[in-house]
Amino acid sequence: MRRGTRNLLLAALAVVLVLVGGFFYFMPGYLPTEPGKVAVSATTQTITKGEYLARAGDCIACHTEPGGKQFSGGRAMATPFGNLYVPNVTPDDETGIGRWTADDFYRMMHQGISRDGTLMYPVMPFASYTKVTREDSDAIYAYMMSVPPVSQKNRPHELKFPFNQRDLLIGWRALYFKQGEYVDDKAKSAQWNRGAYLVEGLGHCAMCHTAINKLGGSKTSQEFEGGMIPNQNWYAPSLTSNREAGLGNWSLKEITDLLQAGISDRATVYGPMAEVVYNSLQYLSDADVEAMAVYLKELPQRDTEPPPPSSARLVSPGVMELGRKIYAKQCSMCHGEEGKGHAPQFPPLASNQSITMSSPVNSIRMVLNGGYAPGTKRNPKPHGMPPFSHILNDDEVAAVVTYIRVAWENSGTPVTAANVSELRTLVPE
Amino acid sequence: MLLLVIAGAASAQQDPAIPAFKSVDSMEARVQGCVTCHGQSGQGTSNQYFPRIAGKPAAYLYNQLVAFRDGKRVYPPMNYLVAYLPDSYLREIAEHFAKERPAFEPKQPATTPESVISRGATIAVAGDASKQIPACITCHGPGLTGMEPGIPGLVGLRSSYIVAQLTRWRTGNRQAAQPDCMKRIADRLSESDVHAVATWLATQDPPRDASPASSNLQRMPLSCGSQM
Repeated sequence: MRRGTRNLLLAALAVVLVLVGGFFYFMPGYLPTEPGKVAVSATTQTITKGEYLARAGDCIACHTEPGGKQFSGGRAMATPFGNLYVPNVTPDDETGIGRWTADDFYRMMHQGISRDGTLMYPVMPFASYTKVTREDSDAIYAYMMSVPPVSQKNRPHELKFPFNQRDLLIGWRALYFKQGEYVDDKAKSAQWNRGAYLVEGLGHCAMCHTAINKLGGSKTSQEFEGGMIPNQNWYAPSLTSNREAGLGNWSLKEITDLLQAGISDRATVYGPMAEVVYNSLQYLSDADVEAMAVYLKELPQRDTEPPPPSSARLVSPGVMELGRKIYAKQCSMCHGEEGKGHAPQFPPLASNQSITMSSPVNSIRMVLNGGYAPGTKRNPKPHGMPPFSHILNDDEVAAVVTYIRVAWENSGTPVTAANVSELRTLVPE
Repeated sequence: MLLLVIAGAASAQQDPAIPAFKSVDSMEARVQGCVTCHGQSGQGTSNQYFPRIAGKPAAYLYNQLVAFRDGKRVYPPMNYLVAYLPDSYLREIAEHFAKERPAFEPKQPATTPESVISRGATIAVAGDASKQIPACITCHGPGLTGMEPGIPGLVGLRSSYIVAQLTRWRTGNRQAAQPDCMKRIADRLSESDVHAVATWLATQDPPRDASPASSNLQRMPLSCGSQM
């Protein structure tokens, strides 16, 4: 009996609590106000997802001028065919994409055709974005519509004849553009497929890591085999060669560190890749970065050239000695006497693929202009390398770069003063 | 041989342009990217252009780093180096060099005619009322060590650097926060004034205390965006 009464009381108490709770819940002004406990609507969820995907696509890097208003365009893209000016993609009705529909946006992403029907120049990576799903495209669209509109007219492109004739793009598209969303490879894991979707689609990694020919196209058969980035004068290393930036011998942690933090025990990102990490990759989730790492590590290895024969690696003793002396004086403090570095802050040079790969462009540039790794969430206060262009002459730079390419059993080849001189005249960017 | 090694080590320590630090995880190690041009403590190097940055007000140095990163101040080697560094880190770098008080380099011997030097001295210390040019020391401090928070010290800078900066201001290449007081002054200087005042400034003895003057102790002759 006593027990029954207690149960009854408890039940009554529960009813009262529910009623009181319901009263406070439904009463206007009594909705939860605790910070961080705001109910997230479906719309907000889509926008947040779109923002994340726009980060993965690195839209901001091209569509925002340094120090300019977000997504308002205007940034000049120097190409071998002349300057292109990136358009305003804020939702401004007159000067931006305010009147675009989700269908317009998807057609642009998927087919490279603008709202007014004009064919887009492939500087917009629609050849990669075509792989993005309709759902993801809609989320990015929702996010783009949510950013502040900026009234800023697009600047006309300054392309040389005949590249200013958009009809020619029909030919380009026939040669180099294959339309189609990403299709899962059933033989691979979900993680691998997620990585492939990000690398081949939004990440548009092939834009730099696949060589671009005279027509501004890149061949699928040479995908990720590396190449010079036009007009930026950096070499984007091959992702399919373990002698370059192939990641076959890397641990997953080393890959995710490099992509997300910008530094790793093996190497550090500088130049255009630092920009990608700074604007895009540092914001991706651990799961997505790991998926990309899994995919990149498993890229089939295709070495296009045989390793350099020992005759190509011969260095005159005088050059070697000059290089060694400069190294001991200027470089060994950070990179260590044996080139082991202080990873991850100061990258090792011994057994570093980016030092020994066939193109010496990046190493020469680093010695001339120095560089800072990007400041990221995981590495907010990066270490940096000073410029030496005002201290070392062409022969000295050539000697020290030659030294680090062949010392400590590194398998690189010597570089010449002419290689250095060519890069010295270029303004660092 | 041992003597040679010791002598080598000693001279390596003396050259502020050569990378050196004690611990990898320190600001000292992090700013090695600056040392071949600005010296280990920001004192400058034997290079005749690169400026001394040590002891300049932190907010001034921070404004410059942000302007370099965002392309508002154009100097490609600097624009490139700081392109991907976040605000918080640039502030820390600025504070690091603002705190440094390294010794000054021996001043440049004057090789210019006395008339040029005296014109420079007049502009710097008294100004030129006829051209509405205020004296440099009014804003850059009685010891030319700058003023908190945003006005740089001028002592210890080479004439080539000062000439280049004033010329960039005159042509609109270099700008400061609006209202840009330095732009208004630079516009009133003739080319020979620029040369004269830069020459005089570069031949001044450093003060005993190189710290910047306190913020806005006296009334400024022009309104400056960097002091607001």
